[in-house]
Amino acid sequence: MASAPPAPAPAHTAGPSLVDTLFQRSLDDLVKSLRADPSAAGESAAVARALSEIHREIRTPDAATKAVALQKLTYLSSLHFAPVASHPLAFPAIELLASPSLPHKRLAYLAASLSLHPASLSLLPLATHQLHKDLSPSASTATAHRHVSALALQLLGSPAAATAPDLAVHLAHDLVPHLSRGSPRAIAAAARVIAGSPSAAVPILFKPLAACLASPDPRASTAAAAAFCDLSAPPADAAPFLPLAPDLYNLLTTSRSNWALIKVLKLFARLAPLESRLAGRIVDPICQLLTHSSAMSLTFECIRTVLTALPAHDGAVRLAIGKAKELLAAADDPNLRYLGLLALGMLGPAYAMTVNDCRDVIAQSLGDADTNIRREALYLMRGMIDENNIVAIAAMLVSHAAKSDPEFANDVLGAVLAVCGRNVYELVADFDWYASLLADMARTLHCAQGDEIGRQLVDVGLRVRDARPELVSSARSLLIDPALLGNHFLFPVLSAAAWISGEYVDFTKDPLELVEALLQPRTSLLPMSVRAVYIHAVFKVLTFCFSVYVEKLGDSSKEVDVVFNELVIDQTVRGESKVALGSAEEQDIRASTVRKDPFSHASILYMINLIKTTVGPLVECNEVEVQERARSLIGFVHLIRDIQELNERKVADDDKQSRVNELVKTMRTIFCQELGPVSVIAQMKVASPEGLDLNENLAELTDIVSEDDTAPSTSIFFYPRSRDSVQTRDEPALSIGLSSLSEHRKRHGLFYLPTGKTEDEPSDYPHANDTLPSCSNETVSDDELKTVEPVFAGKKSKATKSRPKVVKLDGEDFLSSMIATTNILKEDPLSGALRGVLSGRDAKTSSAQRASDVNSEGMLNKMGTNESSSQQIENLGNHPTSSSRTSTQQNRDKKKGTNPPESDVKELRKHRSSGRSGHRQGKHKHRERSSTQPDIPPQAPVIQDFLL
Amino acid sequence: LSVSCWKKRIPCSNITFLRCCQIHFVLLISRQGKVRLTKWYTPYPQKQRSKVIKEISSLVLSRGPKLCNFVDWQGYRVVYKRYASLYFCMCIDPADNELETLQIIHHYVEILDRYFGNVCELDLIFNFHKAYFILDEILIAGELHESNKKAVLRLVTTQYNEKDKPACTFMCSCEMHYWVALRIGVMIYHDVVE
Repeated sequence: MASAPPAPAPAHTAGPSLVDTLFQRSLDDLVKSLRADPSAAGESAAVARALSEIHREIRTPDAATKAVALQKLTYLSSLHFAPVASHPLAFPAIELLASPSLPHKRLAYLAASLSLHPASLSLLPLATHQLHKDLSPSASTATAHRHVSALALQLLGSPAAATAPDLAVHLAHDLVPHLSRGSPRAIAAAARVIAGSPSAAVPILFKPLAACLASPDPRASTAAAAAFCDLSAPPADAAPFLPLAPDLYNLLTTSRSNWALIKVLKLFARLAPLESRLAGRIVDPICQLLTHSSAMSLTFECIRTVLTALPAHDGAVRLAIGKAKELLAAADDPNLRYLGLLALGMLGPAYAMTVNDCRDVIAQSLGDADTNIRREALYLMRGMIDENNIVAIAAMLVSHAAKSDPEFANDVLGAVLAVCGRNVYELVADFDWYASLLADMARTLHCAQGDEIGRQLVDVGLRVRDARPELVSSARSLLIDPALLGNHFLFPVLSAAAWISGEYVDFTKDPLELVEALLQPRTSLLPMSVRAVYIHAVFKVLTFCFSVYVEKLGDSSKEVDVVFNELVIDQTVRGESKVALGSAEEQDIRASTVRKDPFSHASILYMINLIKTTVGPLVECNEVEVQERARSLIGFVHLIRDIQELNERKVADDDKQSRVNELVKTMRTIFCQELGPVSVIAQMKVASPEGLDLNENLAELTDIVSEDDTAPSTSIFFYPRSRDSVQTRDEPALSIGLSSLSEHRKRHGLFYLPTGKTEDEPSDYPHANDTLPSCSNETVSDDELKTVEPVFAGKKSKATKSRPKVVKLDGEDFLSSMIATTNILKEDPLSGALRGVLSGRDAKTSSAQRASDVNSEGMLNKMGTNESSSQQIENLGNHPTSSSRTSTQQNRDKKKGTNPPESDVKELRKHRSSGRSGHRQGKHKHRERSSTQPDIPPQAPVIQDFLL
Repeated sequence: LSVSCWKKRIPCSNITFLRCCQIHFVLLISRQGKVRLTKWYTPYPQKQRSKVIKEISSLVLSRGPKLCNFVDWQGYRVVYKRYASLYFCMCIDPADNELETLQIIHHYVEILDRYFGNVCELDLIFNFHKAYFILDEILIAGELHESNKKAVLRLVTTQYNEKDKPACTFMCSCEMHYWVALRIGVMIYHDVVE
């Protein structure tokens, strides 16, 4: 079948092949020629030449020539990845398999095992007959047969055989005698064959293989343990191997071979969770091994087995932890230290204290030269953090990040941020400390976590009122440092700092210094979006200072007069000669006098001048954001001058003063209302007011405002305030079809595919601080603020709102998120009532909102939700009157109503797998020959009590 | 035992393979990044093999001397050890025993050393089939099977001494006489031409 036909070749082909034979280059020649020219080009040329030679030579009928050619080809394809044509080795290799000479055979088998892979399997059936012949006892001598069968078994153990089911079917019976002799090769080959085609091979091979486990020959039992260890490896189901437990237990207690013991331990680690009685039996022998073994590999395997599979046996776990700590203490061997850390990482939270004991060693490992060790140490450190030690560990980690290389420093910072920010700062008790820690992190060399730090700075500011003074001082320290302006990773942090110091300007000790920092020359390095935030912060600070100043002078109008007279003077001075103002000396003098009182007349003047000189040029800026902010700031400055002009025209004092007060008050009220965090599902709580048609107007507006409007709610953003104009248009005529469709969707929402769009979401969601068209939102935000704020500093801040959940469509997760949203809805009866009133026009609004999805969807996406959460919104939105508990309950019931099929499927699967294991055991005992049966009736797995 | 149970593949970036042995592959890489030996215990297409080798050699060669011998690579763990100018790398699952794999590497190197007598890179280059043969004796289907060094050595030496025997018998056959005669004839022909 696969024999090389020594048929007489035609004369004209025999000629060249003979010459080839005579002058054939051996493998040594080939290697030398390859090494002669070490350059890549020379090598590839040599390979190409050799390949063309080989292709000619390999077709000769002469076995010796063919063997040498095959050897060369094997060399080239395995080491040089020669770009050879498809399956070049397979065919000649199979031809040579039939050669009577052992060296040729060996070469052929080597070539076959190297070259056969799933793509070349079409050729493997050709070899089946030859393998069969080589495996069955022949007339030749015993030793020759042993060598030949060893080669065949080797091929069967190669990866190709595992993917060639035909081969397994045909050769399974030939393996049995070898298995009964206990040949390790046969055992390995049998394992491969079983893995390749279990349905055909298991009935024939499983029992002899299991018998090898009890074989007195240690080589056979070791090989069998290894084979079963492979067969039960994770993707597979370990349950069918439970009946082997007694033999394995024997091996565990009697074997002297570490190799075998390691395999047995691995098997037990997989079996112990399946059978509760097993753990109790194996724990003693394992502890014995753990205490007495001197081999580190075995010790480590014992530790791993105990920690992963026997967590209930406290004594054994403590012993294992002790050993792991010994590994950790091995100063000279990085491997052991790494494995010690790995072992401690396997511990569950129940043993957090014991890990805490060796905190110093782990902290030391953070500075190790090896990235693996550092990573494991960081992982352990991360798991170790709790409320009590968070301050110490986080500070230690941040100081460590300053010393380590950029990549690891950022890993460390990322870990600290993730742990501290987890579950809305669940672990952080002292927010003053956390605010300064965030600033420290930003100042760390190589810090590239600017986005997250900036986000958390703002987020803490919004959520934790008591942390604001400290946040402001942290922000100040960040803003006044000109060095930070050069690092582009820190721009988000600086943006956040600028926003914080503008928003919470009341806590600033020195507004003047702040304005100087915000307007320092190096701010030109910032990207435009951040500059806009800076300028806006200046606006807020200026408003604040001015209002304080005016209030101070409120009682005596005379003083106000004086102020404005001086202001006038200043303005004229500025107008006449810029040189005077521009001179550095004068500025210095001004600055020194101004420092004393930030709210004095002089300091306000200084501030205004500074703003004029630095922000003035930005009025012409190309960037719309910056230009707008700059213009409004300069406009405000001009407004002040207008008031002076009023003064000049000698208007009555009362009038003027009231004018000033009015202006200051207006500006102050604009900025003093508090911003709160906005949850992703907050949209739902806003009832759309009557007469509001979001459809048409916003569709027109998207071109203009889309980018700015869709900024994430937790970060800084500026809303166009002329919202009212949006609301005035009339409703468009609605098509009946659309409304009935949405009505239907409302009723049978569960049966609709998720559209990925939000249905019930007014795209123009006002912020918590805005005055709103509907009063309901006002109450919501107030309510929440009350619940949010910690009463005293140093207390944990609770989650202000339910966290934006990413809903998974798997039963449990979805239900829990449903419960969470129920709670939120319950808080808000007013908007629910409003919705009830509005429900008559519900169909209209929802269809209108669908068209406004362009805007709202973008907003949602930026908020970090994904399709599923918007789907959640949609689901709830389909029940506009569902704010009362009962209706959501219904909703949940409805959900449940759809769930049963799914859970049924799960159960069915469980039954099936257990049925499979039971079936498998039956096979093992009765040798029933059967393959998969998908419809096995569910039955409890019968595990016989072999051990007891 | 259903088929589906075994056919589950572990997706790992773009490389997927059947999990059915301890060691996925063995690589010998020189310090210059040249491959000296490859042995695959799980099926990889040829294209992926060179990609895998490139990735692993860059990963392993970049590591300093006093670091631990394990590197994580695409969800697997590469256990490597440097002997003279050669890096011996074996790829295992993270759940497997790293120290045991290190011992296997050491075991292999010791046998190579005894067989070749102070083995060097050149030995492996010119006797790559012998290196394969020894590896095949130690590891079968990605598992260690022969932990007895002497047994392996005995087997290898007998096998490669036997190699000459068939060649001798072959020489004696009449076909060989014909072949030798032809060769001499060609040499004479060449002499005449010159």
